Amino acid sequence: MTARSQFSLVPALPVRWQAPAAAQIAPVETVRAWFETDLTADLLYARGLAVLTDARVLHLSEDGGVEDWKLSTELLLNHGEHGGVGTLELLRAGERVGQLRFTLAEDLGAKRFVAEFERLAAGGEPASESIEHCPVCATPLDPSQEECQVCAAQLHTPPSTWTLFRLWRFARPYRLQLSIGLVCTLASTFATLVPPYLTMPLMDEILIPFQNGTPIDQHRVMLYLCGLLGAALVAWVLGWARTFVLALVSERIGADLRTTTFNHLLSLSLEYFGGKRTGDLISRLGSESDRICVFLSLHALDFVTDVLVMLMTAAILFSINPWLALATLIPLPVIAWLIHIVREKLRTGFERLTRVWSEVTNVLSDTIPGIRVVKAFAQEEREGQRFFAANRYNLEQNDRLNRIWGLFTPTVTLLTEIGLLVVWAFGIYQVSQHEITVGVLTAFLAYIGRFYTRLDSMSRIVSVTQKAAAAAKRIFDILDHVSSVPEPANPTPLPQVRGHIELRNVGFRYGSRSVVRDITLDIQPGEMIGLVGQSGAGKSTLVNLMCRFYDVAEGAILLDGVDIRQLSIPAFRQNIGLVLQEPYMFFGTVADNIAYGKPNATRAEIIAAARAAHAHDFILRLPQGYDSLVGERGQQLSGGERQRLSIARALLIDPRILLLDEATSSVDTETEKEIQKALENLVRGRTTIAIAHRLSTLRKADRLVVLERGRIVEIGNHDELIEKNGAYARLYEAQARNQGEDDA
Amino acid sequence: MSDADFTLHEDARGRLQLRLADGRTFEGVVPVRAFPLGAPEEFIGLVANDGHEVLHIPRLADLPEPTRELLARHIRQREFVPRIEAIESCTAFATPTTWTVRTDRGRTELILKAEEDIRRLGQGRLLVTNSHGLHFEVADLAKLDATSRRILARFM
Ligand SMILES: Nc1ncnc2c1ncn2[C@@H]1O[C@H](COP(=O)(O)OP(=O)(O)O)[C@@H](O)[C@H]1O
Ligand SMILES: [Mg+2]
Repeated sequence: MTARSQFSLVPALPVRWQAPAAAQIAPVETVRAWFETDLTADLLYARGLAVLTDARVLHLSEDGGVEDWKLSTELLLNHGEHGGVGTLELLRAGERVGQLRFTLAEDLGAKRFVAEFERLAAGGEPASESIEHCPVCATPLDPSQEECQVCAAQLHTPPSTWTLFRLWRFARPYRLQLSIGLVCTLASTFATLVPPYLTMPLMDEILIPFQNGTPIDQHRVMLYLCGLLGAALVAWVLGWARTFVLALVSERIGADLRTTTFNHLLSLSLEYFGGKRTGDLISRLGSESDRICVFLSLHALDFVTDVLVMLMTAAILFSINPWLALATLIPLPVIAWLIHIVREKLRTGFERLTRVWSEVTNVLSDTIPGIRVVKAFAQEEREGQRFFAANRYNLEQNDRLNRIWGLFTPTVTLLTEIGLLVVWAFGIYQVSQHEITVGVLTAFLAYIGRFYTRLDSMSRIVSVTQKAAAAAKRIFDILDHVSSVPEPANPTPLPQVRGHIELRNVGFRYGSRSVVRDITLDIQPGEMIGLVGQSGAGKSTLVNLMCRFYDVAEGAILLDGVDIRQLSIPAFRQNIGLVLQEPYMFFGTVADNIAYGKPNATRAEIIAAARAAHAHDFILRLPQGYDSLVGERGQQLSGGERQRLSIARALLIDPRILLLDEATSSVDTETEKEIQKALENLVRGRTTIAIAHRLSTLRKADRLVVLERGRIVEIGNHDELIEKNGAYARLYEAQARNQGEDDA
Repeated sequence: MSDADFTLHEDARGRLQLRLADGRTFEGVVPVRAFPLGAPEEFIGLVANDGHEVLHIPRLADLPEPTRELLARHIRQREFVPRIEAIESCTAFATPTTWTVRTDRGRTELILKAEEDIRRLGQGRLLVTNSHGLHFEVADLAKLDATSRRILARFM
């Protein structure tokens, strides 16, 4: 009881730690914070609990071990992280007295622990702000995040194995057409079953009596023959109708599937694209969605027909003669069992095949855009080898699968032959016993022919179904992926943006690698900030965060006082103009490219933007002016020209916030001057964050922020920073020296 | 490499202190492998606080004993790449999935976000990245037990 009351200020411990903790902590101690560790000091996996009380730091491990460190002014906590492993070092008078280690899953708790430790050291009261903990896993929640990150990671539910049925979502809008198709299928199937039925009276009432001396009743014969012809015609018309309707529908479902998937893909964050290969995504959206389409239009239909035929045939057979029917169906369970066994193998096999196939596409999408480099280094042969290897692997996998598959079909055929044999034997026996007529046996044989053909084709469908299921799974993989930069459910409305940006203790990592740490910066509306620092310092990452291409891992970014995660993404990005070092040109005209962010811009607006970007003159020199094609297959533009087009693009949307990431780095000094003039037009009156390699470019900046390995080390204007003689001064001198050498 | 080139010892904080032959000393240098996957025992850089390499060690095995041992221990402390010895179970045969694995660092669970997070390194070696970006190594696919291989095969 006492133990629990000690924890009253902090959230409850996970159940398994409550007893061990209560045993260790004296009633007079107050618990200030805790977090769970999942590694030992030697980096072995083991759970542990770190507790901070007002007297000491305590660590319990799952094997019962206890370590503790008395609090004193000399005791310091040092938080560090590398390669996905966090470390809390306990230092006393500069000497390491202990080490707590944990994976990133526990990092948030560890940071809070340190914060509370520091508050305690400063003599502060326990954190008054109530720290919310996840109700599920008791991990402390970041106040800026509504959802628990640990749980979110575990909530990755895999798509169900019945993936194909999930296609129903896309089939729903076509319910009506599908029903029509189904009715046609039913009716036409039924019609195809009429002819064998007519063989019965033809045999028993006409042919056999004729052999026994009765003359042929021509009228009856005509009637039966007309019945046969009629059934065939009806089956033909209905068969055509159903194939047409269903093919129409399946194409539409396929198209919807593709569009939805592509739209969803576009909404995913850069993190997703960073982890995927283009070839893989292209093959999922292209060939695999097509495979589903083919499956729907041809095979699903066949499958339904097969099942129908089999059920109807079985019903008819039983109605004619149950015993013979039973004998007919003997091979069925064996075949079903066989299908079941092979299916599992095939499915995993086909899943692997699709992956292998994307590997082939990946080689293509890797090599073709890089063809200049391939040729420059004369590596055609090596790329050929790479493609060859991917292809050969594809072949190997195919061969493996075909071995199983190859065995399957003949086995089914063999079983059906045996089935036929059984029917002949049993039928002849029954005829000899006068239990059935010859006509019945003939009808049976005719039906069974159909029955087994269907069974055969159904077993073939197994492979196609598995292929489609594998494809569907990979498409739903995309569709089920939730963007790591989610659109808020109830976005805060964004009125006229002033352009006040605030970064609060922003931290970010790519995977386990921490790239930006603890950045706090307040940017006034209309201010121009220059971000400087060595390459790899995290400048572009900061720009990515401000664009919300990624979400911060810690802290928050606020626009006019509102967390940008609460804003609707498109509304937010409309206020941002981004100019990158390597601007991308889409295939289309120059005008289209300038108007990319504002497709309804007038020609006059486009020209005005191009003028302001100092691009107008060179555009006029192009053979078709603003109508010239650029991008892949189009007019090749130089780096500086593309740069100015992208500035025009940013100018045209008239954003409140401007982000320039090395916008002038890839051009010569002369062009830079030109671009510089263009930029001056762009910057005026807007909040601007500019990254530039050449520090001289940033002279106009109100403040310069110097980044070093993900942290801000200096802030101030050019003169102040030179005065300070720190990191900026060193960078500047180094450049000035180079400049001198260049000029010399 | 002879002893005279440099000396390395551990300070009270457990950090490495490097003293070069020319008398310069560096506090808190960290050993960084240049090829953690391809050649983990070769090409090791000692990186100082400011992020610059101050000494390059072409081969760990060439170092005299106490130094080599010290360095190896520090590398082990810094680089956390558990080696998967067996995959005991997985929650689903489709990503995302949670595997329960036995590693040389103990048993743990890892969340595999996508199939692409399994990287082939050649000769049956694999590198598996979990949802937190932590890497796990499979030394040789062929040497795993049947269950582990069966599970892995579903994702490769
Ligand atoms: N998509 C990414 N995935 C992993 N690491 C990245 C990614 N983008 C950048 N990095 C790394 O983050 C660090 C900072 O990169 P960046 O912000 O681009 O630096 P810069 O200051 O030169 O613009 C670099 O070390 C880089 O290797
Ligand atoms: Mg950059």
